[in-house]
Amino acid sequence: MLVNDFLQHSAERSPDKIALICDGQRLTYAHLEEQTNRLAHGLLELGIRRGDRVAIWLPNSVETVVAIFAILKAGATFTVVNPTTKASKLAFILNNCAARGLFAPGRLGEQAAQLFDTVPSLSLAVLCGKSPPHSHAHTIPFPQLLDTNSPTRPPCPTIDVDLACLIYTSGSTGDPKGVMSTHANMAFAASSIIQYLENVPDDIVINVLPLSFDYGLYQLMMVFKFGGTLVLERSFTYPAAVLKRIEQERVTGLPGVPTLFAVLLQMDLTKFDLSSLRYLTNTAAALPVEHIQRLRDAFPWARLYSMYGLTECKRTLYLPPEELDRRPGSVGIAIPGTEVWIEDDDGNKLGPGKVGELIVRGSHVMQGYWNNPEATARWYRPGRYPAERLLCTGDLFKMDEEGFLYFVSRKDDIIKSRGEKIAPKEVESVLYQLPGIVEAAVIGVPDELLGQAVKAFVVCGEGHHLTEKEVLRHCAQHLEDFMMPKQVEFRDSLPKTSSGKIRSAALKTSEVSETSEV
Amino acid sequence: MPIETAIRIFILENFLFTDDGSQLQNDASFLEEGVVDSTGVLELVMFVEETFGVTVEDEEILPENFDSVTQLARYVRSKTGEAIPDAGERLSTA
Repeated sequence: MLVNDFLQHSAERSPDKIALICDGQRLTYAHLEEQTNRLAHGLLELGIRRGDRVAIWLPNSVETVVAIFAILKAGATFTVVNPTTKASKLAFILNNCAARGLFAPGRLGEQAAQLFDTVPSLSLAVLCGKSPPHSHAHTIPFPQLLDTNSPTRPPCPTIDVDLACLIYTSGSTGDPKGVMSTHANMAFAASSIIQYLENVPDDIVINVLPLSFDYGLYQLMMVFKFGGTLVLERSFTYPAAVLKRIEQERVTGLPGVPTLFAVLLQMDLTKFDLSSLRYLTNTAAALPVEHIQRLRDAFPWARLYSMYGLTECKRTLYLPPEELDRRPGSVGIAIPGTEVWIEDDDGNKLGPGKVGELIVRGSHVMQGYWNNPEATARWYRPGRYPAERLLCTGDLFKMDEEGFLYFVSRKDDIIKSRGEKIAPKEVESVLYQLPGIVEAAVIGVPDELLGQAVKAFVVCGEGHHLTEKEVLRHCAQHLEDFMMPKQVEFRDSLPKTSSGKIRSAALKTSEVSETSEV
Repeated sequence: MPIETAIRIFILENFLFTDDGSQLQNDASFLEEGVVDSTGVLELVMFVEETFGVTVEDEEILPENFDSVTQLARYVRSKTGEAIPDAGERLSTA
């Protein structure tokens, strides 16, 4: 099955059903099918070909949804880039995947036009929303592609081993890596999740997570696959607005991350009628056990799923809700149709109580990283049969006697803030670009709302004096929102190894002891 | 100090890390321009409560009240009944 079939089949089954509620619009499956066909014709006429990569640098919007399915119908591969990504990183991503096309917000049209100078592969930019006063030879307004093209389905030569999307994720080396998903990978992963969440066409799912994040993207994929309704919000910035939407639309599914649930638990939820919620899901980082209990008290009628996964295989584990009372700290068992185990550094499988790396096997294990054989070889390894790949998660786990799994820690120094992965090296590289900074180190520190907050330590060179504001302004110009340091500490020097490498571990230890002394 | 000015100073200082007023238009949507994210709104709520001495109810934290300098100033005025003579003093002594 192809990912574009999710929309196509639902449009054939229930053409008049509302598929998407977003930006004040209510769109049926038939309408979306037509719009995506029109845009696909437009992309084909503009030279997009089977296998080309097309990036979508937009916030959650109707245009993003239409673009995703139109790109697939044109036989190409989409990648949704976080809309807060700054131009230099966007250029890196576009060059990494040799993107042929880009969807960008009209208000950033000038920046999009400048990308043609730094991204040689780019031949087309489609601008959405307000367009800039000056047009560029290779930019075209989104509505123009819808108005002038046929609503009939273009022929699609894609087969399910072709790539459907790239999802860029932080890598420990600091450069983002594009996880390659085939249509078959995505169809399998979506089916497996739909199976354990017991989704039915009557489900109405609200998504406040960015579509650049696999957890957000799969809400769209799953809903279109089972033929439900997706309420797509720009973000969770205004929690009361989201709760009102849940009430108005009688939403049945709320996917969240620990930060979202922590905010909800600070609110007076009795002011909203949330009785339509059938389930809540959490992943991206573990929910504190206390929050699990409080969520269950606040939503006694809803099922709460604790889950775990990583972009490299989409979802890995889920805890059947009926197990929550017995093992609230567990993230469960392998998702349907897959298997996992824990092994030591020598590759021996470990039994209950022993800590080791979680290894994943199944059709959801993605194809590796685009144009990055080193990282692919590090995290993916050959499986039992030729061409089979296993995923080494880099996450340490242990298992109880009945096979339920518990997250212990990361093997590397990746920070998780608001459920998003942050490579310290990426933030450090940005800090080093600021004249005056001679040493920089970034660590994650515990934060009640964010899980972990980014803390930067910097050393200024002789004769340089920087303020925290100057450092943060520089970071805001180069980093996505979720990567922004919350604290900057100026030091005279940073702890180092005998070879002169900065010892981030020592900074972490000193933070922990300071916190515990308070 | 007019309410708009107090709000502008806070946003420029804490979200844009600058004192260059040209970086922020009073009618620009915070969400659209990427000025404020979900944790930023909570900081904005604390600022409004502390500076203008009002209590912000959860259900009032909506884009129509918080998504631009103009909207936020209008919301603050609706809560205080216009007169906030000491807003500037509170800011300058903070």
